[in-house]
Amino acid sequence: MRTIKFLLGKELKQIFRNKSILAIIVVAPIIQLLILPFAANYEVRDIDVSLVDRDHSSYSRKLISKIQGSHYFRLTHCDDSFDKAYRHIESGAADLILEIPNGFERNRILEKHQQLFIAVNAINGTKANLGANYLIRTIGEMNNSGLAQRSNLKVVSSNWYNPHLNYKRFMVPGILALLITMIGSFLTALNIVKEKEVGTIEQINVSPIKKHHFILGKLIPFWVLGNVVFTIGLLISWLVYGIVSEGNILLLYGFITVYLLAVLGFGLLISTFCESQQQAMLITFFFMMIFILTAGLFTPIDSMPEWAQFITKLNPVTYLIEVMRMIILKGSTSTDVLPKLGVVALFGIILNTWAIFNYKKTN
Amino acid sequence: MKRLSAFIKKEFAHVLRDKKTLLILFGMPVVQVLLFGFVLTHEVKNVKTLIVDQARDATSAKLISKIKANPYFEIQASTLNIKRVERDFKRGNAKLAVVFPANFGREHAGLHRTKIQLIADASDPNYATTAENYLTAIVRDFNSEINQEADMRYTIQPEVRMLYNPELKGAPNFVPGLMALVLMIVCVMMTAISIAKEKETGTMEILLLSPIKPFWIIVSKIIPHLVLSVIDVISILLLSVFVLDIPIKGSVLLLMAESTLFIVNCLSLGIFISIEASSQQAAMLISLMGMLLPTLLFSGFMFPIENMPEVLQWVSNLLPAKWFYNIVKAIAIKGLGFSAIWKETLILLAITASLLGIGLKRFKIRLE
Repeated sequence: MRTIKFLLGKELKQIFRNKSILAIIVVAPIIQLLILPFAANYEVRDIDVSLVDRDHSSYSRKLISKIQGSHYFRLTHCDDSFDKAYRHIESGAADLILEIPNGFERNRILEKHQQLFIAVNAINGTKANLGANYLIRTIGEMNNSGLAQRSNLKVVSSNWYNPHLNYKRFMVPGILALLITMIGSFLTALNIVKEKEVGTIEQINVSPIKKHHFILGKLIPFWVLGNVVFTIGLLISWLVYGIVSEGNILLLYGFITVYLLAVLGFGLLISTFCESQQQAMLITFFFMMIFILTAGLFTPIDSMPEWAQFITKLNPVTYLIEVMRMIILKGSTSTDVLPKLGVVALFGIILNTWAIFNYKKTN
Repeated sequence: MKRLSAFIKKEFAHVLRDKKTLLILFGMPVVQVLLFGFVLTHEVKNVKTLIVDQARDATSAKLISKIKANPYFEIQASTLNIKRVERDFKRGNAKLAVVFPANFGREHAGLHRTKIQLIADASDPNYATTAENYLTAIVRDFNSEINQEADMRYTIQPEVRMLYNPELKGAPNFVPGLMALVLMIVCVMMTAISIAKEKETGTMEILLLSPIKPFWIIVSKIIPHLVLSVIDVISILLLSVFVLDIPIKGSVLLLMAESTLFIVNCLSLGIFISIEASSQQAAMLISLMGMLLPTLLFSGFMFPIENMPEVLQWVSNLLPAKWFYNIVKAIAIKGLGFSAIWKETLILLAITASLLGIGLKRFKIRLE
């Protein structure tokens, strides 16, 4: 016990001595948490429409005003040829072309059948799909207006847990999860390697410190630091974004405690494999990219191919984001969270034991 | 010139000596582009859906079978217990519930109008609205199928063409973005370490003692990483063409030239961080903590920039990755020429020049 106390004293001294790093650890997450949630809004609206009206009839004008009335669309250009409209798509000034052919109104009366031509910039497939869908729906409403219908099914939707579809409620806990993961893993990954690089590891190796003492001595300070950053994050999301946890906040802290052990263990494991800070950084970055992008925050996990869904099960960040969402937004209880807590605890045990075994006191 | 080549040789030796780093530098972009080319998509599919059918009549059965047949929805269970919706939402076992009222079929047959209720787990608002939209579209089709049987007076038939990406794959959107992201981080980080490392290990003194000018020290630091990064770009492009099936529509040469410009831009940003940072750790933390999420969010491939508040739209203009992402999209996917991207190119040039200029000015030739 005494050994750990001295080790902790040494680590804390090292952390607090380096003011610039401490500033990065605390200030960077705060700034990012204040800015990034405003940037992360995936709502599809303001689709820029480039219009080619070859008909210029009262009926085509009626259609146009209907589209203008929908808040999804912004009529940005009126062109006299498709090629000109296409140029707007190329330059990115428009997302969608709607072409109303010549004889649009006449055909309605004569043939009871009309053609419309829609071309969508589909580089972002989802946006394109939704945009086309909205437009078809708007046109469909025109089809049906003033018609006695045999079937009129209305769909009423209610959005639970986030009735105003506020993206910040979704993004803030997610970004907080990413930030503490990054801090935890980077700091620990760099820590042991730095001792190796500077050469101070030799002194520890020749001292009677047990392996698990050494690892614990590295783990605990960063674990405390992680909890501090997490608390600051929760305060920001309460004060700035007004997000109050629906569920039990102690449950959330319980989960974070276990989760941090897993993430720190991951960083320590990496650092036992590397000889230089550069290597440690690159390897951590490699995994961090995969963890962050497959965590289900930016793209839905259910849409991934099955083998990738399996990979996300090995990704601790997935569990944290899911649990943050469950507790903070949905008010889930411990029975709902318990299975995930178990998995993360298992990660923690495996990673830390592995790190202890892999740390060699001899070269 | 001879002095410079000696310096460049030294930097190459540094880079090539560290086999582990080298392996990561080449392996990482490849693995990541492959992984994300196949995995990442904003598309919403396999939505875990609960059916609460209180009607249990022919009409509801018909509509349910239509939902079942749709690849976007994956029906978890049919239940009569509305409480189950809340339980499954809280455990994360379902994301959407479709509720048919008890008198669904009767109302539909008699009054020709009735309602369906959708309940979505909107803790992910994007997912919820997209799923609702898809389901509404199914119901709309169902409506119009029935109406078609009746006498329709006229119809408007929209013909939709998806430009550039007819199969609506995720990769054409994500690969240019990931290219920008990976290059940005790798280049910035590698150079950010280099000068800070010389300071930390004390070899900076030797460099400063040599008769070479600071400008050339910086150049010699940039060149080996430039070579490595160009190789990375080539391998990413080969992969996206041959494995991910995204052909390069525009000029490959132009794309390479623009990539090189972007790489130099990132390298000079790295040099700038390196000159400012006190230690390797600080340099790395700045380049990673400071770059990863902002690049991810502000380059425009994850979240549309036009949705951001104006201040942030303005901030995003400072990010080189955003401009490069637009350039790659324009050349590789839309197949446009230089005339479409000269503005972006100029901006990248300007950012590079100012970074190098400030960096050079701040480069201290004396040790503290």
